[in-house]
Amino acid sequence: MSTESSVIQLTAKDYASDQDIRWCPGCGDYSILQQVKKVLATVGAKRENTVFVSGIGCSSRFPYYMSTYGFHSIHGRAPAVATGVKVANPALDVWVATGDGDGLSIGGNHFLHTIRRNVNLKILLFNNRIYGLTKGQYSPTSPLGKKTKSTPDGSVDYPLHPISVAIGAEATFVARSIDVNVKHLEHVLERAAKHKGTAFVEIYQNCNIFNDMAFEYATSKETKDDTTVFLEHGKPLIFGKDKKKGIRLHGMNPEIVELGGDIKEDDLLFHDEKQVEPSLAYLLSRMHFPEFPEPMGVFRAVERPTYEDMLMGQVDAAVRAKGPGKLEDLYDDGETWVVN
Amino acid sequence: MVVSIEPPVTKTKPTPVVEREEITVRFAGDSGDGMQLVGTQMTNTSAMFGNDVSTFPDFPAEIRAPAGTLAGVSGYQLNFGARKLRTAGDTVNALIAMNPAALKTNVEDLEQGGILVINDDAFNPTNLQKAGYKENPLENGSLERYQLFRIPMEKLTAEACKDTGLTARNIARCKNFYSLGLVYWLYGKSLEPTERWLQDKFGKKADVLSANLKALRAGYYFGETTDMFSVRYLVPAAKIAPGRYRKVTGNEALAMGLITAARLANKPLFYGSYPITPASDILHELSRHKNFDVRTFQAEDEIAAITSVIGASFAGALAVTGTSGPGVALKQEAIALAIMTELPLVIVNVQRGGPSTGLPTKTEQADLHQAIWGRNGEAPCCVLAASTPADCFHMAMEAFRIAVQYMTPVFLLSDGYLANGAEPWLIPDPSKLDKFVVKHPTTHNDTDHFLPYKRNPDLVREWAIPGTPGLEHRVGGLEKRDITGDVCYEPDNHDHMIRLRRQKIDNIAKTVPPLEIYGNTNGGELLVLGWGSTYGPITSAVERCRSKGLDVSSAHLRYLDPMPQNSGEILKKFRRVLIPEMNLGQLRAHIRATFLIDAIGMNKVQGKPFTINEIETQIGSLLHQQNGRKS
Ligand code: SF4
Repeated sequence: MSTESSVIQLTAKDYASDQDIRWCPGCGDYSILQQVKKVLATVGAKRENTVFVSGIGCSSRFPYYMSTYGFHSIHGRAPAVATGVKVANPALDVWVATGDGDGLSIGGNHFLHTIRRNVNLKILLFNNRIYGLTKGQYSPTSPLGKKTKSTPDGSVDYPLHPISVAIGAEATFVARSIDVNVKHLEHVLERAAKHKGTAFVEIYQNCNIFNDMAFEYATSKETKDDTTVFLEHGKPLIFGKDKKKGIRLHGMNPEIVELGGDIKEDDLLFHDEKQVEPSLAYLLSRMHFPEFPEPMGVFRAVERPTYEDMLMGQVDAAVRAKGPGKLEDLYDDGETWVVN
Repeated sequence: MVVSIEPPVTKTKPTPVVEREEITVRFAGDSGDGMQLVGTQMTNTSAMFGNDVSTFPDFPAEIRAPAGTLAGVSGYQLNFGARKLRTAGDTVNALIAMNPAALKTNVEDLEQGGILVINDDAFNPTNLQKAGYKENPLENGSLERYQLFRIPMEKLTAEACKDTGLTARNIARCKNFYSLGLVYWLYGKSLEPTERWLQDKFGKKADVLSANLKALRAGYYFGETTDMFSVRYLVPAAKIAPGRYRKVTGNEALAMGLITAARLANKPLFYGSYPITPASDILHELSRHKNFDVRTFQAEDEIAAITSVIGASFAGALAVTGTSGPGVALKQEAIALAIMTELPLVIVNVQRGGPSTGLPTKTEQADLHQAIWGRNGEAPCCVLAASTPADCFHMAMEAFRIAVQYMTPVFLLSDGYLANGAEPWLIPDPSKLDKFVVKHPTTHNDTDHFLPYKRNPDLVREWAIPGTPGLEHRVGGLEKRDITGDVCYEPDNHDHMIRLRRQKIDNIAKTVPPLEIYGNTNGGELLVLGWGSTYGPITSAVERCRSKGLDVSSAHLRYLDPMPQNSGEILKKFRRVLIPEMNLGQLRAHIRATFLIDAIGMNKVQGKPFTINEIETQIGSLLHQQNGRKS
């Protein structure tokens, strides 16, 4: 039995399982896998105390590639499986790997309720805006009009915006990053790993087979500075190649302004990830390409007691009040009588 | 016979007392009338006196149907006896009907010549109309075949309670205790246990306590002082095994069995469930017992309930979900995942009338095939069924024993009749319960690593849990390679694994107690085979037939998949096999398919249990036909 893993500092490699990785070459999932392993090493995660849970889809193969405990469950149900793991043993670090179809379509209900309970889980949503494993149907995050195998004339479904949904369910940690921006992704994942409560991270992930270049606008050298804005707590929202553009609030609405002239940095919207009220985070989540640069980074990071802490608090309180349960007392509840 | 009490006739001599072997009483009223409460009191009092008791409540499906309507009638049936009782009674000997709707929905079950006690005050034109009576049934002779007693309970209760300081409205609410007092007199019961209970319950509310006590006594004295009733009945104490008893419903017993298993295993109990009638009481009961390290999770839906249980099992808890038929339908994909990942867990199905939403508050046994066959692919799991309310305790422990010993999901079938029906339960001594040892590996089972699908001779894999260094492994719903558990799509491996999973479930039979024959152990003319809650009526019917000299025996299956190893052998000892079930023949199909025995079906799907009489009649006619052919 190896106990070394508890004492020796592990590197990213140590979190890899012996299984061959079966994602398509060039898939964005590789980068996510790599950054997760790095972050586990950075935060000193113990393999034996780490559990990856997934549903169904390309992203959900994730647990097979980790040397931790893992559970490849059924379509959409990973957050519920993970909740059971966490409640049974709150000492475990539990991660959920899901996709836009798995997490928001078939598993939408569990996604919402797990977030609202603030179970201490890390939920990574690999958003490629397509169904990959079933070979290319539109997903709940595909844009209106998207032409796919199942929508040859274009999709007539309005898309869901994962960050808006998570904030609507009052997630205590909400962030977004992109597969190819490895430094940023690693940073965001590390913040998620350290958050206590449900940490939700949307990762723009390129499916180079069925939806290649879906995030081209946010990743290409030419456009990315104008199409994304990086959120930093306490800092104004500034973007553009020369950092000359900013986001300002006009009443309840954001607007893009040019810095210089009358407009100073102080006039801009300052990010505050710790606002208890999720309104600002929600407003940011509504900024979409092409009208706005899309925010990257941590939208919201607030503290709230977790589900399992409160539940175990009740268990402990019951034990303190009544003593550890004795079966005699359990059976003797209510009226009893003796037959001689 | 109609007796009216205006003016009450004062008694001239004591009412004669007649002894009876058993009596069945039903209290019926509006759901706000407190019928469940007085029924429970009567049950406790009878049990404490030494009678055997068996009860069944009949709740309306609507939570608060409009007062006085047929949909709002709530009933409570109690059978108390001087002998072993197995059902809440076939026909009602005495019906207490608090309003016209209660009369209408219940009077058909009252025996000819039975006692019909009516709250006369409620038979006003409005209530009669709500119950759909065109004319007053008390006055048109339609109740002539019963002994009708019209008692203005509301007036008499108001009279008795007038000095308590309660409002007229609150006094009216005490009329249920008035009816109880009268029934206590009729059956020679002591008021003392109920008085004590009222004291405990309302000790702090002097006016409410005093009003209920006065109503109770007024009902009793009414019986004592009028000449209305020509006889009283006494049911002597039954011969019951000595010990300390309490009353349990199936749901209570089931919850206690689950907690007991977890306690004996020294494990947390995880219960993931979504509220559903008639299983919700298990969730309520378990969440009261957190000091036993019970962790209840009210999930967002049925699927989250079962999948959270799968997660909890993976992490090492004793994990169980409870639901009814519609919930099982939603859970089946996940149950197959638990079969594939070979994780121990229990699925409780408190069956109700189906299909679809069906009859939520009524009983049925139509989910047997759903439990045995209801999943995609070849997905075997173990299926058990409790036979009586108290048996739910034992079978809940058995379910966990098998789940852990064989690393498999286990179905435990109960039903609405067991869940809400109650019987006395001999309180066990916890120190005498079988030990329940649960082992998790801490070391590799191969030279230098852990093979999650390596098996013992019974084909059972090890339950390695997160938190254990060196045993990190991955499980999932994709087909596994034998031994390593790696994902594998090879045809021969798949065929092998399919057979292996089935064989593992079959191996459970080695630890299942043999099927027992009640009656002729050497076999004979007719065997009545049952499963689940039909145990009571079947056994009592066979007992009656045997006492008449008929060649009939019975056997009861509590293990449905796998069945006890001697099942086929026993069935083949009998010339014919009759299978009464509250479905269209699900066990019969299973028995025919497994043993090629052409069993005869007896099927009733009315949302209510078989009566003893129905089964007795069927046995009689089968044996009569037989004799007829012979002669
Ligand atoms: S189909 Fe798309 S998402 Fe799936 S592995 Fe291939 S590239 Fe990645």
